[in-house]
Amino acid sequence: MTDQQQEDLRHDLVEAGTTTGLAAPSVDVTSDRQNSLWSDAWAQLRRNPLFWIGAFLGVFFLVMALAPSVFARGADPRACALTNSKLPPSSAHWMGFDQQGCDYLANVVYGARTSLTIGVLSVIGVLVLGVIVGAIAGYYGGFTDSLLARITDIFFALPLILGALILLRVGPSTNIPILNTRGPGAVAVALAAFGWMTAMRLVRSQVIAVKSSDYVAAARAMGASNLRILTRHILPNAVAPVLVFATITVGVLIAAEATLTYLGVGLQRPAISWGLQISSGQSLLRTAPHLVLFPSIILSLTVMAFIMLGDALRDALDPRQRS
Amino acid sequence: MGRYVARRLLLTIPVLIGASFLIFAMVYALPGDPIRALAGDRPLSAAVEAQLKAQFHLNDPLLVQYGKYVGNLTHLDLGTDFHQRPVLEIITNRLPVTAKLTLVAVLLEAAIGLTAGVLAGIRRNGYFDNVVLVSTTLIISIPILVLAFVSQYVFGLKFGWFPIAGIQQGWYSYLLPGLVLASGSLAYVARLTRTSIAENMRADYVRTARAKGLPNRTVIIRHTLRNSLIPVITFIGADVGALLGGAIVTEAVFNIPGIGRAVFDAVRGQEGAVVVGIVTLMVFFFIFFNLVVDVLYAVLDPRIRYD
Repeated sequence: MTDQQQEDLRHDLVEAGTTTGLAAPSVDVTSDRQNSLWSDAWAQLRRNPLFWIGAFLGVFFLVMALAPSVFARGADPRACALTNSKLPPSSAHWMGFDQQGCDYLANVVYGARTSLTIGVLSVIGVLVLGVIVGAIAGYYGGFTDSLLARITDIFFALPLILGALILLRVGPSTNIPILNTRGPGAVAVALAAFGWMTAMRLVRSQVIAVKSSDYVAAARAMGASNLRILTRHILPNAVAPVLVFATITVGVLIAAEATLTYLGVGLQRPAISWGLQISSGQSLLRTAPHLVLFPSIILSLTVMAFIMLGDALRDALDPRQRS
Repeated sequence: MGRYVARRLLLTIPVLIGASFLIFAMVYALPGDPIRALAGDRPLSAAVEAQLKAQFHLNDPLLVQYGKYVGNLTHLDLGTDFHQRPVLEIITNRLPVTAKLTLVAVLLEAAIGLTAGVLAGIRRNGYFDNVVLVSTTLIISIPILVLAFVSQYVFGLKFGWFPIAGIQQGWYSYLLPGLVLASGSLAYVARLTRTSIAENMRADYVRTARAKGLPNRTVIIRHTLRNSLIPVITFIGADVGALLGGAIVTEAVFNIPGIGRAVFDAVRGQEGAVVVGIVTLMVFFFIFFNLVVDVLYAVLDPRIRYD
C-alpha cells in the first residue's frame, strides 16, 4: 500500500466517523504520525532522569563559568593572605584556603570558565577536522578515502594524552601562532589535533551510508554541486550521531585538559585551572586533603554532566534502542 | 585466514611508519639546546658541541634524520639518550613493570566487569542491574586523575591497605594502580556484558534450551554466556594494547617506573630518541592487539570468515 493510499484511507475513516453521527475527532488524525526525529527524541528525553541531572549540572556549571563572582560569594580568587595558608573549610569559607592563603571556593569556581572554554573550543576543533576529513573521505571514496583512512589510523593509534603531551611540550618553542602561547588556545589545539578521529569515522560512515541513495542521485540530476549535495543533503544525516559524540567528548576533553595541566604541559600559573589546583595540592595530600578534594569533585561533576547528557541523547536519538 | 593476517600485517607497516614519523617530526621541532643543557654551567667548546651534534644527527634535515633512524631500526638500534644509554635498554628495563601493571589491570577488569555484567544482564531492570548502571556511569565520569588521587588518599593514606606509591612490595603494590588503570574499561566491560547477555536471553536458542528442560544454570552458563562473551573478550583483548600505552597518568601518580613514566620523563627532558622509540613501541602494541582481536573474532564466532 502506498503512502497516498494510506492517507486516503485515514481520511475515509475520519469521514466515516462523522457521517455515522459520532463526534468529529478534535485533532487531525492524519497529522499524528508526522513527528520528526527531534520531537520524538525530546519526548523521550523529558522522561529520562539522567537527562535532567545532566542538564541541571551542565547549566549550573555554565552559569558558574559566565558569572563566577556570584558563586564565589564575593571573594576574589587572587586576594590572598598568607596567614590563612591551608586553613580547612569553615562556614565563612566553604572550601578553606590554599597554600598561599587564597579563598579556595573562589579559585575552584573561577576554574569552571577555563575548563568549559577549553572543552568547547577543542570540541569545535574536533568537529571541524572530523567533519571535513570524514566528509571528503566518504564522499570521494577510492584513493582519497584509503589515504585519509590510513592517516586516521595513524592518529588513532596514538593515545590522546600522549600526543597532546608531546605537542604541548614542543609548542612554546615553535613559531606556530596559537600553539606557542601556553594558553587555553594551545591546549584546545593540541586536544583537537589528537582527538578528531572518532568524529571522522562517524561522519565518513554516515556519508557512505546515504551517498548512493535515490535522493542524492536526484539532487545530482538537478545539477546540484558536490558541495551543495554534501552540505544540504548528506551531512544533515550525520547530525544526530555527531551531536551525541560531541556532547560526551566535551566531558572527555575537559578531563584531558585537567590531566595535561596536571602533567605540567597545559595551562601555567597564574591561570586558574582545576588541573593546576590538583597538581599543587598533591604534595599537601597529607596535611590539607581538601586542596585536592574540592577541585576533583567539581571536575568530576562537570565531566559527569556532559557524559550523562550524551548518554541520554544517545538513548533518545537512536530509535532502535527504544523499548 | 592466513592471507587475511598477512594482508593486515602488511597494512600495519605504513601506520607504524606514519605514527613514528609524526612523533619524530614533532620532537624534531624541539630546539632547546639539549646538548648545552647536558653540559650544565660550564660552556662546551665549539668542537665538542659540533661533534655531539653530529653524533646525534642534529644538523641534518628532518627527512634525512628520519631515514637514518629507520635505517638503524632495522638492526634494532633505537639510538641512545643524551647520557649514551641505549633506548632499547631503557625499554627492556621499563617494559616488564608496565606489563605487570597491564596484566593486573586486565585481570581485574575481566573478573569484576564480567561478574557485574552477568549479574546485571540476567535480571535486567532488577535491583542489581540498576546498581551496576549507576555505578558504571559514575566510574566512567570520574577522570582517571581524580580516581587515582582519591584511591591513593583513601586506601593508601587513610586506611593504609595499600602502599601509596612505588613498587617495593612486589605484586601487591600493583593492585591499587591496576584497579585505577582498569576502572574505565571495567565499567565498559560490565555494560557490554550486560547488554550482550540481555540480548541473548531473548534469542531462539535460549528458548529452545529452556524448552528442552535444561536447568537455569546450564542455560545461562553453557548457552547464553558463551555466546555473549564474544564481544567482551574481543574488547578486553584490544584493551590490552590500549592499556600498555595509556598508563602515563597512573604511573605518574603512583610513581611506577614503567614505560609510561619513562616516556613522560623523556618528553620533559627533551630526550627525542627515547620518546620516538617508546611511542612507536606503544603504537605497535596497539595495532598488534587489534589484529589479534580481529583474528580471535573469527576463531570464536564461526559465522565470521575473512577469506
